[in-house]
Amino acid sequence: MVTTDQAQPKPVVMPLDGPVKIAARGVNLWYGAKQALFDVDLDVGANQVTALIGPSGCGKSTFLRCINRMNDTIPTARVVGDIRLDGEDIYSPAVDVVHLRARVGMVFQKPNPFPKSIYDNVAYGPRIHGLAESKSHLDDIVRFSLERAGLWKEVADRLPQPGTGLSGGQQQRLCIARAIAVSPEVILMDEPCSALDPIATARIEELIDDLRDNFTIAIVTHSMQQAARVSQRTAFFHLGILVEAGPTEQIFTSPLDQRTQDYVTGRFG
Amino acid sequence: MTDIAEKPDVAPPLASAARRAQVARRLKKRYAAEARFRFLGLLAVSVAIAFLVLLVGTQLIQGVPAFLASKLEISVTLDPAKIDPDGTGDPKVIGDANYRDLLLSALQTRFPEAQDRRQRRDLLGLVSTNATYDLRDMVLAEPALIGQTVTISVYTDDVVDLYRKGKIEVGDPDAKLSDFQVQALAQLEADGALYTTFNSALFVNSASREPESAGLLGAVVGSLLTLVVTLGIAFPLGVAAAVYLEEFAPKNRWTDLIEVNINNLAAVPSIVFGLLGLALFLNLFGMPRSAPLVGGLVLSLQALPIIIIAGRAAIKAVPPSIREAALGMGASRIQTVSHHILPLSMPGMLTGAILGMAHALGETAPLLMIGMVAFVADVPAGFTSPATVLPVQIYLWADFPERAFVDRTSAAILTLLVFLLLMNATAIYLRKKFERKW
Repeated sequence: MVTTDQAQPKPVVMPLDGPVKIAARGVNLWYGAKQALFDVDLDVGANQVTALIGPSGCGKSTFLRCINRMNDTIPTARVVGDIRLDGEDIYSPAVDVVHLRARVGMVFQKPNPFPKSIYDNVAYGPRIHGLAESKSHLDDIVRFSLERAGLWKEVADRLPQPGTGLSGGQQQRLCIARAIAVSPEVILMDEPCSALDPIATARIEELIDDLRDNFTIAIVTHSMQQAARVSQRTAFFHLGILVEAGPTEQIFTSPLDQRTQDYVTGRFG
Repeated sequence: MTDIAEKPDVAPPLASAARRAQVARRLKKRYAAEARFRFLGLLAVSVAIAFLVLLVGTQLIQGVPAFLASKLEISVTLDPAKIDPDGTGDPKVIGDANYRDLLLSALQTRFPEAQDRRQRRDLLGLVSTNATYDLRDMVLAEPALIGQTVTISVYTDDVVDLYRKGKIEVGDPDAKLSDFQVQALAQLEADGALYTTFNSALFVNSASREPESAGLLGAVVGSLLTLVVTLGIAFPLGVAAAVYLEEFAPKNRWTDLIEVNINNLAAVPSIVFGLLGLALFLNLFGMPRSAPLVGGLVLSLQALPIIIIAGRAAIKAVPPSIREAALGMGASRIQTVSHHILPLSMPGMLTGAILGMAHALGETAPLLMIGMVAFVADVPAGFTSPATVLPVQIYLWADFPERAFVDRTSAAILTLLVFLLLMNATAIYLRKKFERKW
């Protein structure tokens, strides 16, 4: 590997002013022999929305998937570095990945409800983690989660129908409801609106803003407007390197790095 | 590279008439190619259908008459003096009585002119050899009948049946019908004592050397018992192997080697599995010969690779997004498999399993090796009792010299085809029923 220090300026990372939820230090990731992340240092603030932006293949999704160890499912992926959730190293052997994923939920790019009923989709997490004490408690969790996801009014009378029968935007909100049903601390969103139309996108963005009171959210997005609308902090990735991270307003109005400037003004990417 | 380098051939704009004509000419060629391909495809399908029609048609033409049989109605006087002279009521005495003589007397009552030995033999030759045993069984089951005159229906001899169906002429060297027999038959026909009915013996009897009483029940039960063993072993093993290879096994040289070998196993000639079964299950483990248990074991070896390959394909067809969703929710790998992957791939697995079973149902060669070719006259009572299976029964009947077995072989083939059709229809039904959209 060529040392990047001489070729690249040091990343510009503005310190967080609030409490830190996730702290990543020196994260490197390889897919086989190909390195996808280079020494990423990034803090994600508690009860904030952090947007990860950058051109395709820059490593932002890869970084996101390090936080709930979804990269473990790829046999060739190898992670070196330190990621702490509330100070606890999530890659330590003492951490159970099943438990970690209950604390760090995820919403994927393409809506992927299970081919089960709407109710069973939302109830799935509480069931496998044994969170509900009774049937009525489970009903409450399902209702509360669907309400939080802004879907309750639309599906209240058709909970036994298949989740796959909903529209794309509804499916994605169902996936969000499914994720929040286990009361995670962090929700990771990997381009949650890229398969949706503008109206559905607007609803999800509103929802993200609401959810920030209770959850810490990290969202990968290709849409700079979306990052500007929903996030408080933005991190810009380029070629596997974290280039700049700081308050969203600053990144979009007066970035400190030339590459960030070029990207947010649409000169490349 | 400089500016003066050759310019690439730029196509002239479509607007030019010459260019449009050129495109139109090519279009005609393209359509011609499509028409040729469609014709060839249609031809291939037609040839395949023609062969199928030929196969099923010939079997139908030959086999359908075997589903009908000739019966003779006669009144038999169950003379106590001949059955049980001392009135003991002892089943042994009743069983040992000369029922052949009773039957002969009954026939002689109708044809008093038959007095010499040859004519008497001819008369008895009209009815099935097994008719005397049927009569004995009837009396043994209901001893109160002794002393009465009962009217019974007995199957005619196979030659009589063939003669009545017009399959043999009197002059045929095969037709061992004497002039007296032909005469007697004409008279019985005129009486209305001879009639044609559904050949229920074909389905309620087991193997017999006498065509008129030979049936498939033993073979059908043998086939079912064998398939139960095959399914019970091959399905769970195949599904477990497919799930392990797809979801849990690391992708390395060893798993590649296993994969290649499973594919090879599917191509191994079935007789080899039979030899393996002979050496392993019979000789080494000392399992019983001709038993459905051993047949099922051998066939499960053969069905296993089919089920594994179908199962892996079904698992591969489950979208990765479902797997990611489950893992992202914090499901463990085994929960991901049992809650999502297995239910979603089950239709494909069931289809593969049923096709594997259909394959096993039609298998003959390996079963010959382990002794399932034996002549078994009883319905197999269990997994370890001697049995034969449908395709082996077909093989056996095709080998028997009696003319009447030609029809019955075709009837057996038709029965086997019906079973295969039923299994394939079940596969389609299950696939449609459990198929889920995502």
